[in-house]
Amino acid sequence: MGKTLEAEGARVWPQEGWTRVPYWIYTDPDIYQRELDTFFYGPTWNYVALDCEVPEPGSYKRSWIGERQVVVVRGKEGAIHVWENRCAHRGARVCWQNKGKVDSFTCPYHQWNFALDGKLQGVPLKRGVLGKGGMPADFDNSQHGLKALRVHAEGGSIWASFDENAPSFADYCGPDMHGYVQRLFKGRSLKLLGYNRQLIDSNWKIYIENLKDPYHATLLHSFLITFGLWRADTQSESVPTEGGKHGIMISRNVGKKTGSSGTGEIKRLKNALELADMDTVTPQREFDDGKVVGLSLFPSVVLHQQANTLGMRHIIPKGPGSFELCWTYYGYADEEPSLTRLRLRHANLYGPAGFVAMEDGEVLVECQQGTSAYGHRQAVLEMGGRETEPQDHMVTEVLIRAFYKWYRQEMGL
Amino acid sequence: MDTTLALPTGVEVARLRHELRDFYEEIADLLDDDRIEDFPAHFTDDCLYKVTSRENFREGLQAGMMYCDGIGMLRDRVLALRETQVYEPRMWRHFVSGVKILAVNGDTVRTRSNFLVTESMSDANPAIFLVGQYLDLAVRRGDRWLFRERIAVCDNHHVRRSLIVPV
Repeated sequence: MGKTLEAEGARVWPQEGWTRVPYWIYTDPDIYQRELDTFFYGPTWNYVALDCEVPEPGSYKRSWIGERQVVVVRGKEGAIHVWENRCAHRGARVCWQNKGKVDSFTCPYHQWNFALDGKLQGVPLKRGVLGKGGMPADFDNSQHGLKALRVHAEGGSIWASFDENAPSFADYCGPDMHGYVQRLFKGRSLKLLGYNRQLIDSNWKIYIENLKDPYHATLLHSFLITFGLWRADTQSESVPTEGGKHGIMISRNVGKKTGSSGTGEIKRLKNALELADMDTVTPQREFDDGKVVGLSLFPSVVLHQQANTLGMRHIIPKGPGSFELCWTYYGYADEEPSLTRLRLRHANLYGPAGFVAMEDGEVLVECQQGTSAYGHRQAVLEMGGRETEPQDHMVTEVLIRAFYKWYRQEMGL
Repeated sequence: MDTTLALPTGVEVARLRHELRDFYEEIADLLDDDRIEDFPAHFTDDCLYKVTSRENFREGLQAGMMYCDGIGMLRDRVLALRETQVYEPRMWRHFVSGVKILAVNGDTVRTRSNFLVTESMSDANPAIFLVGQYLDLAVRRGDRWLFRERIAVCDNHHVRRSLIVPV
């Protein structure tokens, strides 16, 4: 019997194209490394922090791009710097705390001292001791600073790129995505409300898919439907942008409707249920367009606006089969305390214990466990047809199809 | 409550610690025993129940993993868990230790204790799930204790997978 392609380890995409996703893309270490190099370390823009997390000169925060740790620092003049957390000397991490405020950074190993912008300021024993040792006379500090990344600040959100050749942030986003990013980040001062961190044992792309999959939301998340936060018949849009790289999901907070045909087939739906505290499911309208928008800005983040929560869902890969999902919740500095309180209450829907998001963590791990030993099998994505054009409803997998159409081009698969 | 209040005599502190340790173990038992419906009855109507991270707590950030201000939100946690939420079945065990009385003011006592929660899936061995501290404000109502505040501060950097039942 001849060897199958699978037996030889060949990575051949199923001939049906983007309506199929082979399961080996969730486990293959070579594919994973290529994704890190192509996307996270390539000519892309990655979310790293919110402006309000580093409020004063010297304030810093450790963050991640892919598996690489970086430090986000506000410089003396107020500009933001992002550099690799890796001493220019021997590679030890220079910054050992997640957050803080300093005048400069000193690597504990040999006490090389760096300015807030990463420039090398001092090397102990540079001239040696009693005429012995020391650096060569031509050792140039200016050539040995911490490796700085390109930085873009967009109205309170901070983005970075390892690649000098990345397009501008606006061009990378494209006009639709950029418009929606600016809708959240107009330059109004932000207020940090807190973090949730989850370690989810699934491939990071399964999370990308989850946020491009409105189809599941009306079925898996019966909390949303039971309490009227989302329904399959809600006026909505699923818009792939930039060839499928990014995805925009638009919905509206509509309220509960009983006997809807859109929910009739959901067996777990319990119309009689009422919450004791209705605030949890009663959003206050806050954007003029009345929309609730989820932005999947490839590769590093989902910008989340659901009910009255605003959050950044930072995707931090930790190997082919695991990623950290860091939720950063924020509000606006000048908002009414009553709105902040609603944001805190609505945050119960999200994060590792979220009435809604908990279930995503669960199914992601189940997908990884289900697929990991079945790399030769494949997913089928035909809900809403087989094409990749934008659709004005949510009973569709169009965003995932469009994403894999784009992904295959970028990865040469 | 002012935590700088002088503590009563050692005998009185020992008695309170004994009572509250029993109370905390009763709560741990009902969580382990899947009697989650009984959980809200151990809180005052104006309670604050939160599960949060050391990271949030240290910075004074209010958002947490679970945030219930008022007993209604606590009851809704139970309702959602029982009626809408989908998760892989598993078992948890809560271990409470080091109950320390920090302050006493009439019928109200501020305490701190340690917790450890293990998690077991049906096809895997138990693993340590969460470790942290309970920061409690307990009030005496007749012959029983209620939480006015229970803040579970987890030392974990992240939660592995999901947090499903209260801590």
